[in-house]
Amino acid sequence: MEKMPRWADVALIPLINLALAFFFAGLVVLAIGENPFDMVRFMVKGALGSSNGIGYTLYYATNFIFTGLAFSVAMHARLFNIGGEGQAALGGLGTAVVLLAVPWPHWTVALPFAVLGAALFGAAWAAIPAWLQARRGSHIVITTIMFNFIGAALMIYLLNGILKKPGQQAAETRHFGDAVHLPTFHEMLAPLGIEFSKSAPANVSFILAILAAVCVWLLIWRTRIGYEIRAFGNSESATAYAGISAVRVTIIAMLISGGLAGMMAINVVMGESERLILNFTEGAGFMGIAVSLMGRNHPVGIVLAGLLFGMLNQGGFELLWEMPGISREMVFVIQALIIIFTGALVNMTRDPIERLFIRRNKGA
Amino acid sequence: MDFLQFLLTLDSTIRLSVVLLLACLAGLFSERAGVVDIGLEGKMLISAFVAAAVAYESGSAWLGVLAGSAASVVFAMIHGVASIIYRGDQIISGVALNFLASGLTVVIGHAIYKKGGQTPTLTGDARFTEVKLPFADAVADVPVIGPIYSELISGHTPLVYVAFAIVPLVWWVLYRTRFGLRLRAVGENPASVDTAGVSVVAMRFRALIITGILCGMAGAYLSTAQSAFFGKEMTAGRGYIALAALIFANWRPVQAMGATLLFGLLEAISNLYPNIDVFGLFSIPVQFTQALPYILTVVILAGFIGRAVPPRSVGVPYVKER
Repeated sequence: MEKMPRWADVALIPLINLALAFFFAGLVVLAIGENPFDMVRFMVKGALGSSNGIGYTLYYATNFIFTGLAFSVAMHARLFNIGGEGQAALGGLGTAVVLLAVPWPHWTVALPFAVLGAALFGAAWAAIPAWLQARRGSHIVITTIMFNFIGAALMIYLLNGILKKPGQQAAETRHFGDAVHLPTFHEMLAPLGIEFSKSAPANVSFILAILAAVCVWLLIWRTRIGYEIRAFGNSESATAYAGISAVRVTIIAMLISGGLAGMMAINVVMGESERLILNFTEGAGFMGIAVSLMGRNHPVGIVLAGLLFGMLNQGGFELLWEMPGISREMVFVIQALIIIFTGALVNMTRDPIERLFIRRNKGA
Repeated sequence: MDFLQFLLTLDSTIRLSVVLLLACLAGLFSERAGVVDIGLEGKMLISAFVAAAVAYESGSAWLGVLAGSAASVVFAMIHGVASIIYRGDQIISGVALNFLASGLTVVIGHAIYKKGGQTPTLTGDARFTEVKLPFADAVADVPVIGPIYSELISGHTPLVYVAFAIVPLVWWVLYRTRFGLRLRAVGENPASVDTAGVSVVAMRFRALIITGILCGMAGAYLSTAQSAFFGKEMTAGRGYIALAALIFANWRPVQAMGATLLFGLLEAISNLYPNIDVFGLFSIPVQFTQALPYILTVVILAGFIGRAVPPRSVGVPYVKER
């Protein structure tokens, strides 16, 4: 049977689904008596209209790229890692432990260790669900959800206990110190003579996220374990027949996934707040699912989708000032509709379009 | 801990368990029919909002429950269209609907009431009040039995009694009716149901309607009985605890009641006694008690104690042979 052309699969269908999502979001905006075109205009202006807006967009995009990549690696092995939120939170713990334990002289020295700490803690939080799935057959979706809640409880406990800065009310650690301050875009671009907003939190972690995307591409399509992950995701029985260990693939894929989710903390905990704060993930772990779906589990798609979701997030904050009638949660509605149309209802648009192409090919 | 304090803990347990019980039974119908439902949380949330808003506007709590259930059924139907008709991924659909509920409730609530997503406080008939069972006052002074009757059994909102009455009903429907047999079969081996000439699609949709109604009741209970308003993210993960309880109960109704009562008890304990001192040796932090339902579920799932056996075809879209 003829298939539809690749461009339709990779670009046309996601774009149609995105349009559908925005159409229904527009209906919601109309229903509450606001102008959807104004909303889009203000959101785009808020996200891209100034270097401050761009800085925030890139900052959020960094988080989404990390969590999106995290979800995609597990997804290539057909493992649903819903636990990005918890793994990212634990990644924050890892970052904080590394940065608080040693009086680092300079951020360049601290960064590799902080990345290691974030990735190790994130991976550790994914390791137990992975092991339980591989060895005991407990469903990874449920265990990762449970681990999100267990992780949240653990973080509340630690941040109100031993990690808490003495003599204050807020559940947060002490400041990591100015020596480990990561350069922001303002500081990176100033030597090149480019003016960039001083207050925007986008920092060197964005480059780290892009590097991570490249590494994930290499891992999935250019290494032996990547091949095994993809093979396992396509057919468990075939990989068993080929002598690939299901336990090994499951655990490795989940460790990488958890590690990537944990690395999100470098951007937020080390790069922005410079201390560990409760609930710093702000749902970015869950958003990674949408980003990965939208980006069709491919690093290039995930970077693009991460930027789109970063824009949405930042644009949503701007709405607060421009259109007080629309609450910021409108962003959740748009994101939810994107997940519904690009993920859950993907066959609704794919089937008719595929049929259309097949009919046209037969006619030709 | 004296007797009255003990009773008050159990009383609080019952109040807190009702939401979990209704949501857990909701999940039971969907999952027994072979449709995974991560979206219990979202359905409860949308229902809690719609119920509070309708109860406020109409002044009737019962109308609120009805409207909340209707909203929840609409969400269940979206899940059905995605996962039954278009063979979409059921986890993704559920996650998306949870997001949609988080967003919609605040966006619409903010647009109508301008209070950052919160609804006005319900008063009078717009909220459920406690029902005093007959003779509750008369027997209150009888030792032991008196307080049990007047404190623990009497004095709950109507939905509490409805929820516990539904448990035997669900058991009967599931194990003693033709519908129940087909429902269970559709989750275990849909092909066999199809062979018998029963539509798998129709069965799964019927199950999802029931899921929607029960989830709707759970959400409405939260905003019109347990509290008297809707607040942003009011469900606070209860949909997931209900899911955990469902696994804990091994997808069986009576056990579901036991599991939700246990989880309700843990919630009551963490509310009433934040830090438990164990013989002066060490104290159990409140976060541990709060995380215990999730930890227990992981342990059960791992098969260290008991064994969780999900319906065999849960999460698998059914494709009719041609």
